[in-house]
Amino acid sequence: MSSAKTMLLVSVWRGTGTQGRYEAFEVPQEDNQTILDVVSWVQQNLDATLSYRFACRVGMCGSCAMMVNGKPRWTCRTHVGKVAENGRIDVAPLRNLPVIKDLATDMDPFFDKWVGAEGHFHPTRTRADPIEAINPESPSRKLADEGIECINCAVCFAACDTVTANSDYLGPAALNRAWTLLNDEKDGDRTGVLDAVSGSGGCHNCHSLGSCAAYCPNELSPITAIAGLKRETARSFFRKGR
Amino acid sequence: MKIHPHRQHPLWLAFFLHRVSGIALALFLPAHFYVLALALTDPSQLDGFLAWTSNPLVKIAEYGLVFLLAVHMFGGLRLLALEFLPWSARQKSLAAASLALAFFLSTTFFLQAV
Repeated sequence: MSSAKTMLLVSVWRGTGTQGRYEAFEVPQEDNQTILDVVSWVQQNLDATLSYRFACRVGMCGSCAMMVNGKPRWTCRTHVGKVAENGRIDVAPLRNLPVIKDLATDMDPFFDKWVGAEGHFHPTRTRADPIEAINPESPSRKLADEGIECINCAVCFAACDTVTANSDYLGPAALNRAWTLLNDEKDGDRTGVLDAVSGSGGCHNCHSLGSCAAYCPNELSPITAIAGLKRETARSFFRKGR
Repeated sequence: MKIHPHRQHPLWLAFFLHRVSGIALALFLPAHFYVLALALTDPSQLDGFLAWTSNPLVKIAEYGLVFLLAVHMFGGLRLLALEFLPWSARQKSLAAASLALAFFLSTTFFLQAV
């Protein structure tokens, strides 16, 4: 070993449910180190009881999101060098979701809202039918394509102050999903989707704070999708009275 | 006052200014209507109040009032553009910039004229 490594001061939220506190750890700084590397190093070297969640480590699965220095991030693709403030890092569980233990949140409310927004495909054909040809250049397909790279990481859900204030609000990810379905020519329940997103917890709750688009790690724009839903629900209301 | 880290981006600031200017204007309006009503109920008191408004501090407060009105109006136009015009972000920025420039030029002309 040559000279001593620079150490990061890492504060990690520890606790179950609503009880908890920050616990400080010192972690050696490495080149190209991600926040997930830091959390894993703590768990493997300092405290094996630390609970957190990850799977793919390459920004595909959406399971490792946490609050890093107060901002929601996908930790596997967030470099320490970009977010550390004077060698300090605070890592906490995602906002707006119940904590199970330490950095692992209960994602049920998040996924329940996908269901609430009719965020599942409504097929019109069976597997025996031929595949429907869709023109990738059609305007609706292009609109749908803009939103389909969502990895369900809940970063937007944690960033949204409207979600914090209104527990019924479906949230940016679920509404973005509804918008992609609404623009999917293969989806067979346009009316059902519009009904689901225009109810009491629906798209009209959005105050256009823009945090969803500011923090989406895949650079999607749920705020734009929600604006589209607002226009479509308004159009439906004036044309069909619902 | 410390702004939470997750709120430190321009769109959140725009939302905050829009709300705060709206609340401030809502507080101002009842007083404004009360003073206007004095023209009917008590003209001499209105004249006394109007003389008081030549106070430099009141002029500064008026500047703040016009600022609040401008912030709230452009915040509202921003929201309308954001929600009703399915444009790209770049198109919206250009539209907002041209509108702001037009407003600036016409207001400058108006101030010269009066």
